[in-house]
Amino acid sequence: MSEIKKSKYMNPYIAGVLLGLVVIAANFISGRSVGASGAIKSAIVASVETVAPAHAENALFYKEFTQGHSGNPLNSWLVYQMLGVLVGGFLSGVVSKRLTWKVEHSPKIQSRTRLIFALAGGVLFGIGSQFGRGCTSGSALSGMAVLSLGGFISMMAIFGTAFALAYAFRKLWI
Amino acid sequence: MGPLVVNEIISENTNLLLAFFIGIAFGFVLEQGGFSSSRKLAGVFYGYDAVVLKVFFTGAITAMLGLLFLSLFGWIDLGLVYVNETFIWSAIIGGVIMGAGFIMGGYCPGTSFCGAAIGKIDAMIFIVGLFLGVFIFAEGYPLWEGLYKAGFMGSPRISEFFNISEGLFALFVVIAAVLMFWGAEWAEKKFPREEY
Repeated sequence: MSEIKKSKYMNPYIAGVLLGLVVIAANFISGRSVGASGAIKSAIVASVETVAPAHAENALFYKEFTQGHSGNPLNSWLVYQMLGVLVGGFLSGVVSKRLTWKVEHSPKIQSRTRLIFALAGGVLFGIGSQFGRGCTSGSALSGMAVLSLGGFISMMAIFGTAFALAYAFRKLWI
Repeated sequence: MGPLVVNEIISENTNLLLAFFIGIAFGFVLEQGGFSSSRKLAGVFYGYDAVVLKVFFTGAITAMLGLLFLSLFGWIDLGLVYVNETFIWSAIIGGVIMGAGFIMGGYCPGTSFCGAAIGKIDAMIFIVGLFLGVFIFAEGYPLWEGLYKAGFMGSPRISEFFNISEGLFALFVVIAAVLMFWGAEWAEKKFPREEY
């Protein structure tokens, strides 16, 4: 069982080369690269504009977003790209027979604990990605590809902090 | 020749359609690499599974070298490619918050969509958190607008910052990556890994 499971993912170095080719293709075609948190920002702006239009007109964050973008926030490169990520991830799961409802965590904790930390981690990553002007994909990976100073800073801050805090959160994972 | 959309070789609508296909490739590769599994992702911070480090840095150096070569061949004008703006304080603080989110949540935004796509419930909850987090940032924006915009440095390339050529800097990154790969292979042998 364990042998089958261990060999089921692609060789990481080959996956890395393919990932690099995706980033090159994005830059060659669109002059920009992959990202995830920007799509979430667009979705939040679109939701607030729909649910509370008066608030969206007055609150600074939404005003600044509208100044920088025209048209529907959801009609954006990153939103289409993230829809593609869902499709691509799903297709990969179909091909490799990995479609299953599952919560992953260390055997030492309950699923409930894992989900609470997943939510907290998501909130932090959401906030951090706004300060960082992009997440691991949009700021670190894409930024490093074009040798952006900010991309390297993001990468070092993200991985450095995660390493520094790993011991404190070890029970979640090992 | 490239970037195609900036040079108006393809239209804006075609660009958006291609974004969807680029996303499919991105999601497919992430999932195939194992990025849909939070325990695999978190493994790099404990040494038992360094897939994140291997895929991420192989991807970064492949893209970096590929773009430098395309530029050398004259196939892409890197001056027209988007380079992230650097706001030094916001970048560091954002990265630190994201790092904490990574070790607690086990995902980053892109990988959480991948995990959710194949049914990982922890990934779906993480995405709920992402939306909450961005909403909190948006609503509290006046409080941290000053910090968000402090230390603006333009859109510098790191090679300009260190005043060395792009190729030489790329070489340093490749050397650093190879050393990390070596360390990663060593750590995976040293630290036991359970099945998940």
